[in-house]
Amino acid sequence: MEMIIQASYLIAAAFFILGLKQMSSPVTARRGIVWAGGGMVLATLVTFAAPEITGSEQAGTNIVLIVIAIAIGGGYAWVSGKKVAMTDMPQMIAMYNGMGGGAAATIAAVELLKAVTEASHDPTGNTTIADVLGADVAILGILGAIIGTISFSGSIIAWAKLDGRLNRSKLLPAQHIVNAFVAIATVGFAVAIYFSADLNTIIIFYALALVLGIFITVPVGGADMPVIISLFNALTGLAVGFEGYVLGNAAMIIAGIVVGSAGSLLTQLMAVAMNRSVANVFFAGVGTDSGAVTGDGSEGIMKEIQAQDAGILMAFASQVVIIPGYGMAVAQAQHKIWELTQLLNEQGVSVKFAIHPVAGRMPGHMNVLLAEAGVPYDMIYDMDDINADFKNTTVALVIGANDVVNPSAKTDTSSPLYGMPILDAFKSDNVIVIKRGRGTGFSGVENPLFFADNTKMLFGDGQKAASQLIQAVKELT
Amino acid sequence: MIEGLAALYIFMLAGFTGFEIISRVPVILHTPLMSGSNFVHGIVLVGAMVALGIAEDTTQQIIGFIAVLLGAGNAVGGYVVTERMLEMFKPSKKKEGSEG
Repeated sequence: MEMIIQASYLIAAAFFILGLKQMSSPVTARRGIVWAGGGMVLATLVTFAAPEITGSEQAGTNIVLIVIAIAIGGGYAWVSGKKVAMTDMPQMIAMYNGMGGGAAATIAAVELLKAVTEASHDPTGNTTIADVLGADVAILGILGAIIGTISFSGSIIAWAKLDGRLNRSKLLPAQHIVNAFVAIATVGFAVAIYFSADLNTIIIFYALALVLGIFITVPVGGADMPVIISLFNALTGLAVGFEGYVLGNAAMIIAGIVVGSAGSLLTQLMAVAMNRSVANVFFAGVGTDSGAVTGDGSEGIMKEIQAQDAGILMAFASQVVIIPGYGMAVAQAQHKIWELTQLLNEQGVSVKFAIHPVAGRMPGHMNVLLAEAGVPYDMIYDMDDINADFKNTTVALVIGANDVVNPSAKTDTSSPLYGMPILDAFKSDNVIVIKRGRGTGFSGVENPLFFADNTKMLFGDGQKAASQLIQAVKELT
Repeated sequence: MIEGLAALYIFMLAGFTGFEIISRVPVILHTPLMSGSNFVHGIVLVGAMVALGIAEDTTQQIIGFIAVLLGAGNAVGGYVVTERMLEMFKPSKKKEGSEG
């Protein structure tokens, strides 16, 4: 039986890697998740027959408890996952990720408690957790516990922030200094666990790690959340891998470490796309502490355009590039935009979608939102692929995006956005910006593009403006 | 059974594998892939089952129960949202509008 179980874990691990590999191409992505899902089902089923479980004194009770826990946890996740709106996807991923981190941390807790019980059988009282578990298992187990717990409480804060339930960016004065002390205390108690076998030490350790996760995440600005979610995803993977070593489970080690390294790279890619370093995300925040950004040098007049004229301009264009931002998704305008795209296509206009790496709330989030509206993925272009094409573009339609098309990121060294790669919308013949009002973007930085000679502003709600454009184009046919 | 150097080899090779998988992925798939990798570490469910399975007293059973609860949430939730996102990706040759 042991042989069959180990072989099943190996197959599951292979399915995970193949699944993730297939998920890296849009053509095979769907198949990829099904494969990985198959691996997960296989691994879960064979675990019921694991000798550790069937050989336990409490096997009967424990197996019933396992089934109940899977039914409740899985049932809740199934229902919530099915009904969550695509715009709310990032916080849902954060939530499930936090659950994984919590699971890794609680696995470590069970192991540590068992070790404490075992050590208490020694009448001299000199047995430590390291003696019971062995140095390697104890170290990786405790490390996994720290990482998993931070990922758990941090992810829940990330979820609450993205879901609009928590708006504070400060809990205490001198938060960073407090964080440093909590971090040092957590590590101190982690070391103490290793050299002792005391229940209270373990409890305080977990409490500190929970608080640390909260304190780290609260000051992070909303725009930086994708980086944090991705980081916690990588951390959970790492914690799972470490606890896999503690349990001697190869599938957990492989899956956890693969996710840990893939997630770290993804975090780095995201941070680079936003022109931040990962450390910077934690210790500063464009959205939080730079409220006094100056809007120097971009004074001028915004030129307004009516939907009628904008429609005509687009209908007779040779190429239109649509630049959507999170504002489009908030206004639920993506379906209208797709309708407009189809109309323009019928007129013989070439339409492309240009996606900035950080459009939406996570890299690729905007692609998901467009895909939901029915936009095929081969009309959607990454920043690097589209930027050279803007000079051949008659109309660049900016909807709900701001900072990602701000040319001062290229020209103005004093701008907080300076150095961030942007979509070169300003190079096209005409720029039409659909915008609710005259305010600044998420970062609070003025956008000189809006005052440029070739830019026209179409003020109004995204969905309404898109409907008007559709109407205008229809009247021409 | 998986100890010392052998474990180090697994850690190293798995690390490189993860790096390779993500380094060639288009931005369009970053969110689904993050969600997919989030699902993959749902394998923690298996470890949680073992942790609850070897529990000896009530405290350990309660903690183990929470572990399985959270692990199952990670695995099932991760699968459902990833599948929903990937379901929508389709090339332009096909007819649009099968969205329910």
